[in-house]
Amino acid sequence: MITKSILKLDDVAIRFAGDSGDGMQLTGTKFTDETALAGNDLSTYPDFPAEIRAPAGTMAGVSGYQIHFASRDIHTPADRVDLLVAFNPAALRANVEDVRSQGMIIINSDAFTKKSLTRAGYSEDPRVDLATRYNLVEIPLTTLNREALHGLALTQREMDRCKNFFALGLLCWLYGRPMDATERWLSGKFKGDVFEGNLRTLNAGHAFGETTELFPTHYTIPSAKIEAGTYRNITGNIALAWGIVAAGEQMNNPVFLGAYPITPASEVLHEVARHRHFGVKTFQAEDEIAAASATIGAAFAGQLAVTISSGPGFILKQEAIGLGVMVELPLVAINVQRAGPATGSPTKTEQGDLLASIFGRHSQSPVPVLAPSTPGDCFHTVIEAFKMAVEFMTPVIVLSDGYLANSAEPWKIPDVESLGREPVVFATQDGDSKFKPYSRVPETLARPWAIPGTPGLEHRIGGLTKEDVTGNIVYGAENHQHMVDLRAEKIARIANSIPPAEVEGPDTGKLLVIGWGGTRGAIMAAVEECTENGQEVSQVHLRHLNPFPGNIGELLGRFESVLCPELNEGQLAMLLRARYLIDVQSFSKISGQPFKVGEIVDQIQKILNSKD
Amino acid sequence: MAANPVPKLSRKDFVADQDVRWCPGCGDYSILANVQRVMPELGVPRENIVFISGIGCSSRFPYYMNTYGFHTIHGRAPAFATGVKAANPDLSVWVVTGDGDGLSIGGNHLLHAIRRNLDVQILLFNNRVYGLTKGQYSPTSELGMQTKSSPHGSIDHPIDPISFALGCGASFVARTIDVDAPHLQQVLRRAHQHKGTSFVEILQNCPVFNDGIFSEVEDRKTRFETALVLEHGKPLTFGSAGQLKGIVLDNGVPKVIDLRDEDDPVERGVVVHDESHQTRSYASALATLKRPDFPVPVGVIREVEKACYEDMLQDQVSHAIETNGPGNLNTLLHSGDTWEVS
Repeated sequence: MITKSILKLDDVAIRFAGDSGDGMQLTGTKFTDETALAGNDLSTYPDFPAEIRAPAGTMAGVSGYQIHFASRDIHTPADRVDLLVAFNPAALRANVEDVRSQGMIIINSDAFTKKSLTRAGYSEDPRVDLATRYNLVEIPLTTLNREALHGLALTQREMDRCKNFFALGLLCWLYGRPMDATERWLSGKFKGDVFEGNLRTLNAGHAFGETTELFPTHYTIPSAKIEAGTYRNITGNIALAWGIVAAGEQMNNPVFLGAYPITPASEVLHEVARHRHFGVKTFQAEDEIAAASATIGAAFAGQLAVTISSGPGFILKQEAIGLGVMVELPLVAINVQRAGPATGSPTKTEQGDLLASIFGRHSQSPVPVLAPSTPGDCFHTVIEAFKMAVEFMTPVIVLSDGYLANSAEPWKIPDVESLGREPVVFATQDGDSKFKPYSRVPETLARPWAIPGTPGLEHRIGGLTKEDVTGNIVYGAENHQHMVDLRAEKIARIANSIPPAEVEGPDTGKLLVIGWGGTRGAIMAAVEECTENGQEVSQVHLRHLNPFPGNIGELLGRFESVLCPELNEGQLAMLLRARYLIDVQSFSKISGQPFKVGEIVDQIQKILNSKD
Repeated sequence: MAANPVPKLSRKDFVADQDVRWCPGCGDYSILANVQRVMPELGVPRENIVFISGIGCSSRFPYYMNTYGFHTIHGRAPAFATGVKAANPDLSVWVVTGDGDGLSIGGNHLLHAIRRNLDVQILLFNNRVYGLTKGQYSPTSELGMQTKSSPHGSIDHPIDPISFALGCGASFVARTIDVDAPHLQQVLRRAHQHKGTSFVEILQNCPVFNDGIFSEVEDRKTRFETALVLEHGKPLTFGSAGQLKGIVLDNGVPKVIDLRDEDDPVERGVVVHDESHQTRSYASALATLKRPDFPVPVGVIREVEKACYEDMLQDQVSHAIETNGPGNLNTLLHSGDTWEVS
């Protein structure tokens, strides 16, 4: 038995990369589950092509899954990885630049044939060169996997599909992860020799680590000190889906979800559809417009209603959302933003739809806009959106993004009681007086939610300009102005009921970094890094984009400089500059990839240095 | 739920307090009056009735009905109705649309609403022209029709609403005429009775932009020879005594034959109308009958049983609750792998 040393690490980032059919997302997810159970804080970043099966071995087909885990609180999947597992030359070529200097690269040496090197675009074998700059570990994964599965009634193709679990077993050994959750998952998923094969190669990978001389050292990463509670892993999409289910439970009115399949939002439809026993109704519509329209129909009929899509599909819903504004019905419209314009890059992230959400309907059509900032926050944001929609009788837009959608983080499971119960209350007949569908609650300006089936409240609503209080069709000039002003005022007043924005770091000073949505982790990590280096930087992260919290103008004015990093061309920066006349500096990135911490750190340095 | 006795209502209970703003002489007035007349007979509490429309002249309809109503966006009424009916299957949902709203901008939604077979009534007012936008050709306009947008004649081949509905798998398809009050009312009653999507084409005159397009069948003096009144179990005959004619199928192709007064039409091979053929071929053949070679079939063309979307949806919910028990949020949040941090 070889004696191996154990080294304690505080912070590790690894990436699995292979063909999109190699099971990289699955391997990454299982490693993530084991890492969570080992008690580390973690953040993941799945990055995969839009094609279901791009040609094998090509750069176009490379799928990657990155996980960052640590014994401390972390906020991002890390800028660079310490270890890359590359299943073929294309995966190596596509990812090698993201490995830190002298980091470890494990490659499947069986896949490094002349043909596959050519297919990946290598004119010569890169291994000799890479070995000088990285700790290159060559393992014949295909061969070792086949040997481990010898004797099972599996075809060679079936055997080869198991090799990702050999790598998973090896990495579990390398970083001291348990494998119980994976074994449980396998026993629930597969039967017979397929189950046996996956389990065997998982264990073979683990044993290989123990016995091979290739790895003289393995690692331990102590568990992170995080708030006490029960935790689970969650991705933004699953959190959105569960938030939808939870809103129905807490508001005592099961949700209707109308959607049309689109990447990266479809998973929310899939997940909600699994939970019919909560009374939720999902409707896969014929198109995006029908999805939004049916959702408004369900809201009219008295159901909590939500429609979900991504960029191009969301834009198709805008006319219907405009009708929602006009008829003042409660609904939630979720946009899991992706890189555009047009079809763009469906699986890549972006924050390009902020202005479209606020202004993208014709005429003056005000709608509240919320944005979750972490995967787990998607859950709470959706519930808040439903409550806001019903309290103010308005459509509410929620802006998630492709990064939040697929990234996982440990999530402290909330106490259901803490979510608050706010059962929906519908209007009922008040004596013999004629029902006034556009009468309003004085504080919120909300009109009554009067649903078909209620005797005495028969009324008509529609897209035509109407008179306040009665809802009668009126085209008069004064009335038109009044109704435009009233709808604007109703949304503006929401600012009174949302909490003021909170500054992290000094309340006043040289630099405030302001962001919104899924970039929170990267900005926070950058601000923390600068603060640790003794620099004076503060952060504000917005969840409410329309209306803004009431204190934003005053808050921005307390800082000498304001930096606004966004995955768009400065849309929030434009809004802040226009609204508050403050010289907000935009830092824009639109590559389909999330911010690296270092990129934001550099911007912070640039501003602070220019002041010295 | 104990059924409350439905108070006796009359036509005026369904008249809203809004001024009706269609052009004088519009066929929509007659349709509105007949719908208001039929409503009290249906035994449905007024509060359970919902009229939903898109955009166009016909789509103003809900404003004039003293029921629940929703005037939505152009072409999308069937999608809104789908949400309403799926949310609350107890409601009696009526979609009012036109040839432009339903078959042009909203063709896709009409298709899918019909194939899903929600238990709703879809009334398509067909005047073969765009009215509200002032007279452009519509998807049912004849080839060659000269309008402001087709000064050289329309080069769009028209679509037949009945054939379209049959092609979508409609479980109930009927055609009626705006000014034929008894027939219109009878068709509305049948549409309401049918469990599933009832598609009703109503031939409707636009006195401003397409006046007289259906005058042959609207005019009582010519209707007997230009309209083929369909009755289940009765032979397809039309015309008056001494000039009676019948429809036979020759190799599957409809053909008109002359009948003598003493003839038994069935013996002469005249087709006996059967609404309930499971295959669509008979109904589709009927849908091909057009002026001037044939009379226009009016009445119920097809009625078959077919499972309804909202029932199947509700069944899935009920079944899931039976199988898994009612949903428990705490259980959901703690499902799968979790761990404790102390």
